[in-house]
Formats: sequence, structure tokens, C-alpha cells
Amino acid sequence: MHSSTAASARARVVFPLPVVPTTETRLTKRDDILGTPVKLHEYQAKQLLARAGIPIPDGRLATTHEEAEAAARALGGTVVVKAQVHVGGRGKAGGIKVAKTPAEAREHASTILHMQIKGLRVRKVLVERGAQIASELYLGITLDRDRRRPVVMLSTVGGIDIETVAEETPERIARGWPDPLVGLLPYQARALCFDADVPAAQRNAVADIASRLYGVYARTDAMLVEINPLFVQTDGSVLAGDAKLEMDDNALFRQTELRDWKEISPDEEVEERARALGFSYVQLDGDVGIIGNGAGLVMATLDAVRNAGGNAANFLDVGGGAKESVVRSALEIVLANPKVKSVLINIFGGITRGDEVAKGILSVITTHPPSIPLVIRLSGTEAEAGRKLLEGAKLVSKATMDEAALEAVTLAVSA
Amino acid sequence: MSVLLGRDTRVLVQGMGREGTFHATRMRDYGTKVVGGVVPGAGGTTREGFPIFDTVSRAESETGANASIIFVPASGAMDAMLEALDAELGLIIAITEGTPVQDMLKVASVLDRSASTLIGPNCPGAITPGECKIGIMPAENFKPGPVGFVSRSGTLTYEIADLLSRAGLGQSTCLGIGGDPVIGLPTPNAVRLLNEDSATEVIVIVGEIGGSAEESAAEYMRANGKKPAVAFIAGRSAPAGKRMGHAGAIVSGNQGTAESKVKAFEAAGIPVANAPSEIPRLVREALRS
Repeated sequence: MHSSTAASARARVVFPLPVVPTTETRLTKRDDILGTPVKLHEYQAKQLLARAGIPIPDGRLATTHEEAEAAARALGGTVVVKAQVHVGGRGKAGGIKVAKTPAEAREHASTILHMQIKGLRVRKVLVERGAQIASELYLGITLDRDRRRPVVMLSTVGGIDIETVAEETPERIARGWPDPLVGLLPYQARALCFDADVPAAQRNAVADIASRLYGVYARTDAMLVEINPLFVQTDGSVLAGDAKLEMDDNALFRQTELRDWKEISPDEEVEERARALGFSYVQLDGDVGIIGNGAGLVMATLDAVRNAGGNAANFLDVGGGAKESVVRSALEIVLANPKVKSVLINIFGGITRGDEVAKGILSVITTHPPSIPLVIRLSGTEAEAGRKLLEGAKLVSKATMDEAALEAVTLAVSA
Repeated sequence: MSVLLGRDTRVLVQGMGREGTFHATRMRDYGTKVVGGVVPGAGGTTREGFPIFDTVSRAESETGANASIIFVPASGAMDAMLEALDAELGLIIAITEGTPVQDMLKVASVLDRSASTLIGPNCPGAITPGECKIGIMPAENFKPGPVGFVSRSGTLTYEIADLLSRAGLGQSTCLGIGGDPVIGLPTPNAVRLLNEDSATEVIVIVGEIGGSAEESAAEYMRANGKKPAVAFIAGRSAPAGKRMGHAGAIVSGNQGTAESKVKAFEAAGIPVANAPSEIPRLVREALRS
């Protein structure tokens, strides 16, 4: 559990620790996330790096193959055409191609701009001057939840296999935990370079890039910022080959520029609409629609459905103190999912009032009666008043979460 | 006095807006000593009978407050927490939802060097039933008794407290620590407080998927447990990569899975309930052993 790994034993970058026993931080998987980050495209992230003084390859954004050809001609020499999509593994999917001539760049752009990568249509490509690659490093900054610190990670084993390195040979990744009140100090950046065995010729440049990258992390309220690979070129210079940045949704109120860069993928549309209506919704695969108040209670409700032999169609938390209108929209969103065969509403009233919940449900039942059964469990604040309002309405009322879950699953199966 | 809060706790309310004022009144009705509110620029006035001060430091010196509860909106939550830490209040409870993660990292850095305890943010607060409530929980679900209770959830805490109270199992102190990825009092630290508390005979640990706080708590109890414990993990059926409402509740890669948490608790000899409804029975068995 809190066994110190080779990496942390070796790292000389040691700062005061909180009292919590810690486990080793893993690199975030490229497709995985902490929180709900706003993902940026590579070209956007690189713009932020360049603004912070981190060297990036000369490049142009193109949305057509003509633009890509013109970009390749302007850049001259060998270029790389790279799909700009919010998914990992685009290289393996054929979304990154090298072109020796402008005509070839045009051809590649035409192919890539017609591609779908993991269900996402490619609409933009980045055309970049090819780097003279001697070696590849990894540099990333993310959150270490256990230590309650940012963690800066540097490795001379870079490239797309960094997760494997993290898994199998974690000692090859040097880590440091800067104090967010002062940021990454020069000695800490240097220590990372020594610990990662960065060649002497690149040490200053890499330490400088690490410090600048920390600046980007802090200024953008990033959850993750990563340069992978960080190229060492044959002439000894260092260059950001790729860039990834994920922001904290909670900080969007002050990240006004980056807020406009937020793009919503088709499978996030319902979730985004729910957020705008004031509740939190996550699409799942089952057929029992779920509505509850409080994230923990809704998760427990999902589990209760699983315990009863069913599968939840969604996670939906109406939040604290939901009014009639929020409950109505929530029920409408759940009913709009064609997979849903029954709906389970589980409310334990605190700030949320049972009568408000009942009014929201009633307004749906009376205006457009659902064709599938509703099961409700109301408890806590004004639950009695809520149950009174619902008397005679077409729904099943149960006293406990377990009973309600069993009923909803039974009804979904027999539907 | 039980863990962290009791009859001697004197509470300030930071942010006396609609919600802050409403809950200040509810806490006073419960018997909590709410000694004043902090609203910059409104010092010298009163709201619902509570004296208002311009700064936490002034409020502290004039009322002898030793705790605060924060209702300030997310954009000002870090400032409010740092102000309370600067005034060296012993207990700070932040109810605010949506605090940026990097703000919490800064707060945690100051907190690590202070003697204060911070609970939250994004939490329902804490209650020592029958003595003191600093939070937004419906008090009627909580009854005095021997069960120490820590939870990352809000509503689920009320549900489980209600199940325990109905089964005749009252609570010594309930700590709702919050669902964010960076919080002031992580599960293992809360468990340690309850383990050291003489009023607590059994500990109920309610966790969620995401992070590794439950694993650390299990490890702590395996090595240092002085009393039995019972656990529940919400989100056992949640798929990886989907954030379940709480920013902290997400399975990332192979981190934060329910299986890993259940395994850690079982290795520490702590039974894990399959549903909240099983908790009272497990607690009763734990108390008998």
C-alpha cells in the first residue's frame, strides 16, 4: 500500500508529505480522465505552449486537402499530417502520416479528413514540419490525489508506450511534487532531469521546458498537461512533438478564453444538456432508468439495481434542492432514451423536498403519460406530502431502495 | 465531547446569503452555538439575530469562535478557507460545491502546515447528534449513540444514518467529508479520528469509487484498528471512465475500482455491505464481537 517504489526511493525531489499514506500515482491513461476535463486539440495546446516559450514545430492548421497542400508547400521539406480529434490512439488508427511532398500531404489530408477515429469525424488536420528525431522524452504534470500535490513526471523513455513504462518499470519515470503555492522551482526541475538521466547537453533546455510547462499547468487550471513525445533533435535542440491539455470544468468561470475552445462530442450532448438544466447525467447501457438526489445515493441505487439482477440505463443526480421543473426535465430526459423499459426514482429528501419531486413527476404523467412503468421511493423531507400528491397516479410506490430497485427490475424484464 | 465538534464548539458562518442564513438558523435550532456571520462590508449589522462581522479575524476575536462553516460561492471558496485557516479556527467546514482543483491544492498546502481540520468542500458537514451540528443535513435522521460514521457522499449519508437510527444504532459523530478529488479530511484521516475517539465503539466507512482513500483507510485500520469497522462502497456497478456525479468518483485505468477497495477492506477484516440496508446488521454483529 504505502511501500515506496524504486522510483520514489530514488527520486531526490522530496517535499513535505501530508499524513495520508500514499500509493504510487499512475500516469493517466490517454483516454482516461480525472473529473470532467475540457479537452483541447493538439494545435490548441501547442498554441498555449508556444505562448509560454516552449519550442514547437512550425505548423499550420488545415480543414481541406487544398489547405494542407498549401501548408506543406509553405513549410517546405518533409511534413507530418496529424488528425485533430479528442481521442487517444489516433496514430495507430492511421490519423498521423508523413509526407515528403506537398502532393503527398494533399493526398494524406484527403484520406485523414474523411476518417472517423473511434466514432469521431476528423474535421481538422495539423500540418507540421517534420522533426529530426534523435530521441524521445516524456514530460507531464497531473494531480496526485493521495499527496494532494501536482506531480511532475519526466522520463527518457517517451513515446506512445509510456503507460507500459509506468506499469512495468516505474523507476524509469522521475517524479517531483512541487508546492502549488510557489510552483516548480528551478532546483526541482533540475533534480527531475538528474533523476531521469537526461543527457547533460539537454539538461538546461529540458529543465527550462519543465518550468514553463508548470506555468501553463497553473495558468490554465489544467488537470493534465503532457508533452509526449518531447523530441531531442539530431542537432541537440528540444521540441514538443505532441501536446495534450485537459482543463478542470470547475475553473471554467475564470478560464474565459479556453472556455470557448470547449467542444462537445455527439455522445456527450445529452450529458451537456443535462448540465445546462442543472443536473448531472451519464448514459449507461442498461434498461432501468434512474433518477435520484445526491451522487452517492444515485450510485448506490445503480448498485441496488445490479443487486436485483438488472442494469441501469443511466446515472442521473438531480442535485440538492431540486424544484419541480428540474425533476420534470430529468424525467423527460430519462424517458427519451428508447432503451429504458422502467424508471426508478429514488429520493431521500434533505434539502430536496418530496412534494416538489412529486409535482415534477405529476406534471410529466398528466401532460404526456409515459408508456413504461414508474417506480418511486420517497423518503425524508416532505415525503408524506409527496406521497399524498401521487395518490391515484399511475406509478408504483415502495418504502425502501431495495424494494423499489427489485420492482423496477422486475417491471423492466416483463416489459 | 466527541470528535471535532460538541457542546463547546462556537461556530461562525462565512457567507450569510440565502442558503447560509437559512442553515445558520437551522443549526441554532438544533442547539449549535452559532456565534455570528461574516459578510465583508456588512459588519455591525445583524441577520436573523446573528451578529455580522467584516472579517473572520474580527469575528473570532469578538465571539471566541473556534469553528466555521463556509457557504461562499466556488469562485471565493479558496479565499474563505484560507481566511479561516489564517484565523486559526480549529474546525473549518466548507459546504461549497465546484471549487477548482488547483485552488484546493493551494488550500491543502496551507492546511498541511496548520493545526486546523478542514472538512469538505462539497460536503454535507459534520454532526455530533444531540450536541452540535455544523452542516446542512436533516438532523432528524441522526441519533446519539456509539457509531462513528465517515462518508464521501451527502444524501447517502442521510439514508444510512436513518437506517442506523431506526435500527436503534445511534451515532457518536458523523463526518461527511465530500466527494471532490482533493478534500481537507480524506477518509483515512477521518477514520483515524474516530479510531482514537472514546465515544465511538464501531466505525462505519462509506466510500465511493475513485482514488485510493478507502484502500489507505483499510490499511490504517489493519495496522492500528482499536475497534471494529464496517464498510460500504457506492458505485460497484459503475463502468470505468465515467464520472459518477462527484468529480472524485471515477475509475481511471485500474485505479479507484470498487473491487480494489472491497479487497482492501476484507484483507483488514472489515466486512463490506452489499447494500446500505445491510449496514445495521453488520454493525450490530461488529458490536457483539
